[in-house]
Amino acid sequence: MARIDEKTTSEIVAAHGAKPELLVQILANIVRRFGWIPEATIRQLASELNLSRADVHGVVEYYHDFRTTEPGQHIVKICQAEACQAMGSEDLTAYAEKSLAMSLHDTENDITLEPVYCLGNCACSPAIMIDGKTFGRVDEQRFNTLIDAMRGDN
Amino acid sequence: MARTKIYVPRETTAVSVGADDVALEIARVAKKTGAEIELIRNGSWGACWLEPLVEVDVDGARIAYGNVAAGDVQGLFDANFITGGEHQRRLGPTKDIRYLAEQDRWTFWRCGLTNPLSLQDFEQHQGFKALQKALQDGPESVLQALESSGLRGRGGAGFPTGIKWRTVANTEADQKYIACNADEGDSGTFSDRMLMEGDPFGLIESMAIAGFAVGASKGYIYLRSEYPLTHSILSRAIDTARGAGWLGNNIHDSDFSFDIELHIGGGSYVCGEETAMLESLEGKRGIVRSKPPLPAHEGLFGKPTVVNNVVTLASVSNIVNLGGERYAAMGVNRSKGTLAFQLAGNIKRGGLVEKAFGITLRALIEDFGGGTASGRPVKAVQVGGPLGAYIPSEQLDVPMDYEAFVGIGAMIGHGGIVVFDDSVNMAKQARFAMEFCAIESCGKCTPCRIGSTRGVEVIDRMIAGNNREENYDLLVELCDTMEGASLCAMGGMTPYPVRSVLNYFAEDFAPSKEKAL
Repeated sequence: MARIDEKTTSEIVAAHGAKPELLVQILANIVRRFGWIPEATIRQLASELNLSRADVHGVVEYYHDFRTTEPGQHIVKICQAEACQAMGSEDLTAYAEKSLAMSLHDTENDITLEPVYCLGNCACSPAIMIDGKTFGRVDEQRFNTLIDAMRGDN
Repeated sequence: MARTKIYVPRETTAVSVGADDVALEIARVAKKTGAEIELIRNGSWGACWLEPLVEVDVDGARIAYGNVAAGDVQGLFDANFITGGEHQRRLGPTKDIRYLAEQDRWTFWRCGLTNPLSLQDFEQHQGFKALQKALQDGPESVLQALESSGLRGRGGAGFPTGIKWRTVANTEADQKYIACNADEGDSGTFSDRMLMEGDPFGLIESMAIAGFAVGASKGYIYLRSEYPLTHSILSRAIDTARGAGWLGNNIHDSDFSFDIELHIGGGSYVCGEETAMLESLEGKRGIVRSKPPLPAHEGLFGKPTVVNNVVTLASVSNIVNLGGERYAAMGVNRSKGTLAFQLAGNIKRGGLVEKAFGITLRALIEDFGGGTASGRPVKAVQVGGPLGAYIPSEQLDVPMDYEAFVGIGAMIGHGGIVVFDDSVNMAKQARFAMEFCAIESCGKCTPCRIGSTRGVEVIDRMIAGNNREENYDLLVELCDTMEGASLCAMGGMTPYPVRSVLNYFAEDFAPSKEKAL
């Protein structure tokens, strides 16, 4: 993922008409493109949207999506919600943690591993998301294949 | 000769199990062999267990091939599937697949059938007829059709839609809004997503009708961020509709102006609660508001706002087209019409089943769903998402009817049905209900914010066998407090799954040593 810079932040703010009521949309846009919200971006958004830093900080820290630490090159999310639980997501998560040698919420070796509560793929559980793409019917073997393919994309 | 139409869904579930690869491979092999085909990326019919479901148009009849993998494609061409040839993946005509044939498709009738991004296809399938009819007959006729339909909010609360719209219509204001709740966060639910991916113009049309009926010129769709493919499809559909004059100023030379803005959420479950969603739409933290005032009086930016779920809205165009009475003729008691049930979790034939209310939970799970995927007995079924009760297998004969569910301490909610087999430990599920509430609570009210964390601790003590009876009483008391004193359904209904576990699966709290005795 590219690194966010001041100019791009300003462009995103401008594309949203510099409207403070679009703060959530601006942040969502930044996270989609750059993966996280650095502290400097919070300051810049506050200034450009004429909000206090506390206002922006409060919104950033409220939403799960708005990471304030830099994620890895790849983001792997494993669904932890009930439909996936019913199909063994807990075991799949344990397997993923073991095979990637990391825990949920960690970033290691350019991978960020996160829980997610429902990808809406509940008829083909368990589901995972890799770099914004959803995959269903994921067993250990398929998990390995998907991770290999993800690494091959580098 | 016309090119043979081949349909491969571009829908999250189908794509999640390989539909894009199948589509690419079909295009590649067709090119190689010189087969004259037209590849159409349709929505999904909702038979998720058959995905990727490929269809071939053979002289106007669609022949289905199920569970197609990219590796099957060469073999399908060899078997001449473009003329409907025999193959082990062949299922016969799509319309004869029992799972689909036995549904009552009212809201989802275009899903799977059409190309979701083709305005022409939409217009050939009744598209914008209802909006034109509404513009001609006036707002009052829409409100009356809606009231006579008995439609209730499909997001979970089941509030009569006609009353909500009437309230907004009757409230004077310089600006009103339609806010479509597409923050479908309940586990086991995906009907909003399927509708938006399979029939986005249908939602757009119904939102415009809503705007016309209540006097709103602006609509918002609040879509959860976990649905990136939906985002892409929906934003293209909105642009296309606007480009063709179905959104914007003076829609098709009428006096009516309406436009839609698509907003993406930030991954917060509670933003599916209507007032939290409104806060988020205003760019703020998704904190629940106290009610009153109702959003119908003071909603988005303090203006009268219709907040409706995707499926609720999408049901409207056919109600306008065919009349409210036709809709009300389906269903039972005060549960009129259809609901798009979603069969999920440990189920053999998972997917979307739109069916009139009144069908039993057992019929959905056994007749449509084919029982568990694992083949083991059903132990519990969670209906209505993470805030819904776990229903024991002895109670599966309950009819799908809002009031019948209330009668057994459960709720239908958004129609998600998550099946668990007998390997599940229900004490863990009760713990998860509290844990999820602790993770997702907006923090405004104490019973939810603190009660959920205390709930996890109490359940942990029970599981560990510490003062189980005392802690049992404490947990019941905590559930009473959360249920009675929380601001919204997050804290107020988290006790539902917990209580159902206490009532029906209390033995799962016993440590395994005792259980063995």
